[in-house]
Amino acid sequence: MERIQDTQEIYLDNSATTQPCPEAVAAANEMMVRFWGNPSSTHVKGSEAAAKLREARRAVASALSAAPEEIFFTSGGTEANNIAVFGAAAKNRRNGKRIVTSAIEHSSVLDSVAELEKQGFEVIRLAPDSHGHISPQQVAEAVNADTVLVTMMMVNNEVGSILPVEAAVRAARRNAPKAIVHCDCVQAFGKIPVSVKKLGADLITVSAHKIHAPKGAGALYKRKGLMIPSLTHGGHQEDSFRPGTEAAPVIAAFGAAAAIACDKSGMNQRYETIKALRDYTTQRLHGIDGIVINSPEDALPYIVNFSTCCVKAETMLNFLSERGIYVSGGSACAKGEPSHVIKALGLPRDAADSAIRVSFCGHNTTDDVDTLVNTVAEGITRLAHFH
Amino acid sequence: MNEIILIKNGELALKGLNRRSFEETLAKNIQKAAAPFGGVKVWRSQSTMFVTPLEGTDIEDAVEAIAKVFGIAALSRAAEIPKDMDEILPAVCEYLGDELNDAKTFKVNAKRADKKFPLKSPEICATVGEYILDHFPHLTVDVHDPDLIVTVEIRDTSAYIHKQPIRGAGGLPVGTGGRACVMISGGIDSPVASWMMAKRGLELSAVNFASPPYTSLRAEEKVKDLLSKVAEWSGEIRLHIVPFTEIQEAIRDYCPEDMLTVIMRRYMIKIAQILARKDEALALISGESVGQVASQTLRALECTDAAADMPILRPVIGMDKEEIVTIARRIDTFDISIQPFEDCCTVFTPKHPKTKPVLEKIMQAEKALEADEINVAAMIENAVRDTQLTIITPDR
Repeated sequence: MERIQDTQEIYLDNSATTQPCPEAVAAANEMMVRFWGNPSSTHVKGSEAAAKLREARRAVASALSAAPEEIFFTSGGTEANNIAVFGAAAKNRRNGKRIVTSAIEHSSVLDSVAELEKQGFEVIRLAPDSHGHISPQQVAEAVNADTVLVTMMMVNNEVGSILPVEAAVRAARRNAPKAIVHCDCVQAFGKIPVSVKKLGADLITVSAHKIHAPKGAGALYKRKGLMIPSLTHGGHQEDSFRPGTEAAPVIAAFGAAAAIACDKSGMNQRYETIKALRDYTTQRLHGIDGIVINSPEDALPYIVNFSTCCVKAETMLNFLSERGIYVSGGSACAKGEPSHVIKALGLPRDAADSAIRVSFCGHNTTDDVDTLVNTVAEGITRLAHFH
Repeated sequence: MNEIILIKNGELALKGLNRRSFEETLAKNIQKAAAPFGGVKVWRSQSTMFVTPLEGTDIEDAVEAIAKVFGIAALSRAAEIPKDMDEILPAVCEYLGDELNDAKTFKVNAKRADKKFPLKSPEICATVGEYILDHFPHLTVDVHDPDLIVTVEIRDTSAYIHKQPIRGAGGLPVGTGGRACVMISGGIDSPVASWMMAKRGLELSAVNFASPPYTSLRAEEKVKDLLSKVAEWSGEIRLHIVPFTEIQEAIRDYCPEDMLTVIMRRYMIKIAQILARKDEALALISGESVGQVASQTLRALECTDAAADMPILRPVIGMDKEEIVTIARRIDTFDISIQPFEDCCTVFTPKHPKTKPVLEKIMQAEKALEADEINVAAMIENAVRDTQLTIITPDR
């Protein structure tokens, strides 16, 4: 879409991806310019690269309060989720057949468990309420002695609701001691504290490009002592659990970005700023007739999902995009087919078809929000008719 | 050993006095199709076209491209050999060695265009057959249904050796039938309709209606991707992208909801005609098929036709969806067509469209748009003025 005006771009789609921070760019650049050796090579060129890789692993581990040897770098969140779900199922195949998850997981989890369902597993997909909440009771009731895997995201990527992952861990430990618990923390990492000790999950997924590192890296935390089969075979990298020459530049960038994003005081400060920004956003959106906020009040403040109830999400997205404002639709695709998350919320048709997700990062300001809200209002005036 | 491509014309042979110009167009189209792969020389002799790859041209690529040139019934890759049995015999076993190894049965076919060649056709067959059997003892001769047909053609210039030809694209050379302008939305039907009319020798222009922000740039990219696939067969396509938002919104705001689709289509046709004429096109092409959707009933077609004063070609009019999809898959447009982007035809779809619109009432409803304060004529003028032209070339 061509831009109508030559205004400043306003990027409010940080749950889709974030702009790489200068530190991440510098780290990646250094790996390509200076430390481009193969980390597996035993000569100096390789050892230098391996040292940088170790540094990144320590940074990501420390951000999760984990040990470096519990961190396995992957190509991203999707791969980490696949390794976790298929690995856990393969390991526990003989211990039962129930998998407990939610209906609003990322597609890399939902599509993976659907595949396992075809192989004979029983999949329980907990349904959320209309704000994306799942109750601890729901989880406790679903996890029975036959359960082999519980996989639940910490924060939903479309509405920002926070899921009862700690309750999931407790239920699993109590009802199904052999069950493996996996937690997709892609949207939570770098925004709220994610501590493997506090959470107690066996497997945790995080991703680089959601925290101002480039695309192409993620990590799976695997609790020390837990053995699950790997999906790929071929080399000794990542302790032979995820073989293949390491993507050293993006991993180094991941480490640099994680150190910044997960610095405790920085994280808390940013959280408060963004909470205030979120409150300002919802307050301003409430000022427009007919708008409903789909995110719950206790959502992660980085995500605000709302519906205009009168303009198709795709049309509003195009309208905003023409004006240099970038958000995303609750609809994964056009032609009135809302995403699985929006469907699971059970919203009325008009709200489901018009759901828009705004997602913040530390760079966003109230000016950005003002422009967004004013432009949404303008869009409604111009575009609102039947759809 | 020189390798060339032998072309068998399709319907061209039937075209009497026009034949020469048809063949010239075909030769030009073959050259154009092969140009991206290094180029070829095309020459004619004794009612056959010969395509010689230029230095550095990959013959596989050239064959693949030429197999999509309309006006060709069949084509063969052939080895060019001096007209001497002592050269021909070993060349057969070398050139078709893999095929002879894989086959269980074969026969030899001889064509003797050069009547001065010492051996007659049956003698050529016998000699070549015997030689093959000597060198590939696992083979047996089967004259009725052989795995491999070894053809030896003795022409004025040289001898040519080839196996069974591959099927050409059929139809007539693009450019021999004039130009038509297709109305393309992004669905499955209009690319197929374009392809079918190109097959009948028509050059293509295309019109797409964009309604931002209701439609996105992705929808335009999709149309370009679709036409690039069609262009592999039709050659270059002139694509006009018309900004249609203003007109579509006016129709939505001032016309009865159940008539929106038919009225919209009538204005699309009016605009498409203006652009078609600029390209010297003599007809419009549309992907309508009777009864597929509300705007494709006979009553609705009557209403859209009445907006046109040039013929509207509808090659898929009598086809089932399945038959259309079969062609869409063959020309690789199906997977692109099903990408879910809102297009101009799905914007403002009425909940209960009229399936039997009455032309008189439609024209009555359009009067609202002709009022001075709306002035649809000026809107059409603006839309035509702001139309963007893109030249679509083949994907590969």
